[in-house]
Amino acid sequence: MTELPGLLDTEAIRKDFPILDRQVHDGRKLVYLDNAATSQKPRQVLDALSEYYERYNANVHRGVHVLAEEATALYEGARDKVADFINAPSRDEVIFTKNASESLNLVANMLGWADEPYRVDHETEIVITEMEHHSNIVPWQLLAQRTGAKLKWFGLTDDGRLDLSNLDEIITEKTKIVSFVLVSNILGTVNPVEAIVRRAQEVGALVCVDASQAAPHMPLDVQALGADFVAFTGHKMCGPTGIGVLWGRQELLEDLPPFLGGGEMIETVSMHSSTYAPAPHKFEAGTPPIAQAVGLGAAIDYLDSIGMDKILAHEHALTEYAVKRLGEVPDLRIIGPSTAEDRGAAISFTLGDIHPHDVGQVLDEQGIAVRVGHHCARPVCLRYGIPATTRASFYLYSTPGEIDALVEGLEHVRNFFG
Amino acid sequence: MYQEVILDHYKNPHGRGLRDGDAEVHHVNPTCGDEITLRVRYDGTTIADVSYEGQGCSISQASASVLNELLVGKDLPEAQKIQETFLELMQSKGRIEPDDAMEEVLEDAVAFAGVSKYPARVKCALLSWMAWKDATAQALGEAGADAERKTA
Repeated sequence: MTELPGLLDTEAIRKDFPILDRQVHDGRKLVYLDNAATSQKPRQVLDALSEYYERYNANVHRGVHVLAEEATALYEGARDKVADFINAPSRDEVIFTKNASESLNLVANMLGWADEPYRVDHETEIVITEMEHHSNIVPWQLLAQRTGAKLKWFGLTDDGRLDLSNLDEIITEKTKIVSFVLVSNILGTVNPVEAIVRRAQEVGALVCVDASQAAPHMPLDVQALGADFVAFTGHKMCGPTGIGVLWGRQELLEDLPPFLGGGEMIETVSMHSSTYAPAPHKFEAGTPPIAQAVGLGAAIDYLDSIGMDKILAHEHALTEYAVKRLGEVPDLRIIGPSTAEDRGAAISFTLGDIHPHDVGQVLDEQGIAVRVGHHCARPVCLRYGIPATTRASFYLYSTPGEIDALVEGLEHVRNFFG
Repeated sequence: MYQEVILDHYKNPHGRGLRDGDAEVHHVNPTCGDEITLRVRYDGTTIADVSYEGQGCSISQASASVLNELLVGKDLPEAQKIQETFLELMQSKGRIEPDDAMEEVLEDAVAFAGVSKYPARVKCALLSWMAWKDATAQALGEAGADAERKTA
């Protein structure tokens, strides 16, 4: 077995994830390398979900009975865990959504309906980047179309980094919001937050960071980032699907208008008008994903018990190893940074002329699960002149042996279509 | 799934490249980025040519090649019968084991039977066939629609 410095005790960790023992296609061992799409869930999270439904299930923030109070305490307890996990100054800055897409749409809609000084209108500009996931492109396109605002973006360098050479021309006095990804889901690039935030603050623009591929993999400190909003999702960090987070600075959440209206987000309602509850409840209309929030809380406990700094070191060691091993495969071209420097554990590549669909299918026949396609980041594929990529992405339970299996699998793919 | 016939068509495609046509369509598979530009040329209701250019996986490319081989030279009602039979096979979720009658209609295209077990790949196999149907409707207008009604 390959020993690398910084690796976690994956043998012990993998025992927490029952699904990793699965066999597929007539007895082949599952090699799960699609963690950037969604992570697997440890027993601790699965137990928290079933325990919630078996013992505590009730609607939250209403009713005076025991179950309602316990369910509320668990749901709000999950908010405390998230706040600690991201070093939020206040728990009231943590809004639960259903996923990162909803979090980003929420920001776009807050700004679209806001009064001055936040209002996005036809005289203002929105800035994103060419490496965004569609969830951080389309909400801003919609906002631009509806308000007449101009949408601008940073391009990419040939080696998969943001091209910030025109930073001062892209972010100007007209910019109201700069929204960008912290770690790219397709390129793996870790972006230089500080330079962008500094320029945005110079011109008085708000900053929104999509941390969907960061929160699961590295320590995340919203205060250190210096952003105004940070969005991420639970299911990529060992939590269940159906739960996402938007963190926002308290004064903004107080000033900005609600988006979805309904139960739970109000203070008083008459037939003529309503007043709203304070944040975060102002932004959580309707019955929230309660069990899912509890599950996310359990996932955070699990990740904390291992340590985000240790998970980061583990994935960095794996990424270094994977970049080296993949470099040995003939005709393989990594799309994105070609070293492990400032790079996350998602690696996209092309393999000669073999279409990624075919690569993925033949790998699947060997039990190896990867993602193929444009990864909801089609502009990146257009930028690099490729129809799609194959992506392998690792997590805390991934092993060097699985990278070896991938490399062997790719050799088989080459022979098959060669 | 990767039958020898499919790999052969993928490596040595029939009729690839764009030539003159009566109508041109561009179809994409948004889930994976497969694309095809396809032209049809009719001589009355006989298919004089189906030409195409595209990018995509072996399944989508081989399927376009098989389509060209099967449909060029056929009269529209017969071509529509082949298209409908292929559609039926591809939507069968692996439940149809092609019999002799089906094999007679589909020829090389029966090799795609295995693909129907993979929902993610069915669209790849159907891409060129849907493009052909669309292009035919555009090229023949009412005449195409009439022929379609007769075979329905």
